[in-house]
Amino acid sequence: MKPILRIRDLKKNYQDLDDEVKALGGINLDVYDGELLAIVGPSGCGKTSLLSILSNLENKSDGTIEFQKETIKIGYMLQKDALFPWRTILDNCLIGLEIQHSLTEESKNRVIQLLKTYGLGDFMNKYPSSLSGGMKQRVALIRTLATDPDILFLDEPFSALDYLTRIYLSEDVYNIIKKEGKTAILVTHDLAEAISLSDRVAVLSKRPAVVKKIYTIDIPNKSTPIENRKRTEFSSYYDQIWRDLDVHL
Amino acid sequence: MSTYSKEHKDFLRKRKGKKILIWVCQFLIIFFFLALWELAAKLGWINAFLSSSPSQVYKTFVSLLEQNNLWNHVYITVYETIISFSIASILGFFIATLLWWFPTLAKVCDPYLTILNSLPKVALGPLIIIWIGANMNSIIFMALMISLFITIINIYNGFQLVDYYYITLLKTLNASKRQIFQKVIVPSNKNIIINCLKVNISMSLIGVIMGELLVSKEGLGYLIMYGSQVFNINLVITSVVLLGIVSYIMYLIVSIIEKKIVKTK
Repeated sequence: MKPILRIRDLKKNYQDLDDEVKALGGINLDVYDGELLAIVGPSGCGKTSLLSILSNLENKSDGTIEFQKETIKIGYMLQKDALFPWRTILDNCLIGLEIQHSLTEESKNRVIQLLKTYGLGDFMNKYPSSLSGGMKQRVALIRTLATDPDILFLDEPFSALDYLTRIYLSEDVYNIIKKEGKTAILVTHDLAEAISLSDRVAVLSKRPAVVKKIYTIDIPNKSTPIENRKRTEFSSYYDQIWRDLDVHL
Repeated sequence: MSTYSKEHKDFLRKRKGKKILIWVCQFLIIFFFLALWELAAKLGWINAFLSSSPSQVYKTFVSLLEQNNLWNHVYITVYETIISFSIASILGFFIATLLWWFPTLAKVCDPYLTILNSLPKVALGPLIIIWIGANMNSIIFMALMISLFITIINIYNGFQLVDYYYITLLKTLNASKRQIFQKVIVPSNKNIIINCLKVNISMSLIGVIMGELLVSKEGLGYLIMYGSQVFNINLVITSVVLLGIVSYIMYLIVSIIEKKIVKTK
């Protein structure tokens, strides 16, 4: 199978007045169509930098990034929901279409349909302040999906939420992504989240980061993320990846 | 209405009671102040020639109305204030936008803006008169000097403080700088801009009065100056009272506009 995203020897250095920080030390990674790839790594290893470079927010220092398609639409979900308090939920979800000048009656209806499908229909005309943290993050995902992106970048999307909300929302997000048939890269520092949600887990090393190992999560009769957590395979993956991360304080 | 609980009715009654109490207190303060002032002047506790009295102020007011074209003076002051307020608000917003758009320009201008903002503008008075002349233009210019820089600084600071995530979000959507400005920077600063307008209306009035004290032949500032030169304290105090009323009305108008804008989110 041909990857839809091919990263070769990607390097990123950050310049400082008295120092040069090597964040990415040559990342090699393929992303395949329809998969959910998790990227884990010790904190500060450059996980977010990787996503920023892939989505053109930052420049790379070296290496190649090849997308299968010439023009690829990226959907980026941030750590914080970043919903605009002065816009209604629906208008928040339409911002991407507005920016890309593709807001039509048709695309608007598609977004309304998405909101309704994923249980936010009643809140469409409310303002973000009336929603809980978990619901806001769900709106943020719908906003990301609104532009119909080819690939989703999820940058620790659950890290600002409390534990229970986090688990339920990750289940939600998993279902939505799979239902919409999207390819996604999930950056997280939560191993359990990575293993239970994704098809593959890429483990990054400390700075300068390289891909240390890639695990294909092979849980027989794979089911929902919450169910996956209960399997015996889950804990063995957890142990292995934990050892790979090699965290020393 | 009848469906409301007793507790809710009590709550409403208490709230209404409090409102009335505040009105009564406000009325009593002004009433006793005026009464005491009048009494003190009448009974000779204070020198009525130096401190005037409410009845004198009223008489002066009536005679100004009849003989001296009072409304023209009020009109001139209000007119100058509105002109400088409008220029300061529009120009201030425009310059703040430029500074946001070109961060290097903002860094270059930073010390100059700070100096211009903290400089007491009265010091510029004589220069302004020499350069522009003793006319309405130099009054408006004076008021502009006072309100413009603070407008620029406040609005620009508001632009700077916009949540980093909002901007990143738009960048991930490939938004242009113009789109970021329109969709995030301006809407998220609506309150700051409105507040700035509120401050601006007072600042402009201060500037106009200062200008009128220095050069003018018309306006409330001129009446105050003229009154003090001919030692007519009644005229000075009447003008000050009128000025207070004018500034209060202008502030009210901006507040009403604010409420309208804030309501229609």
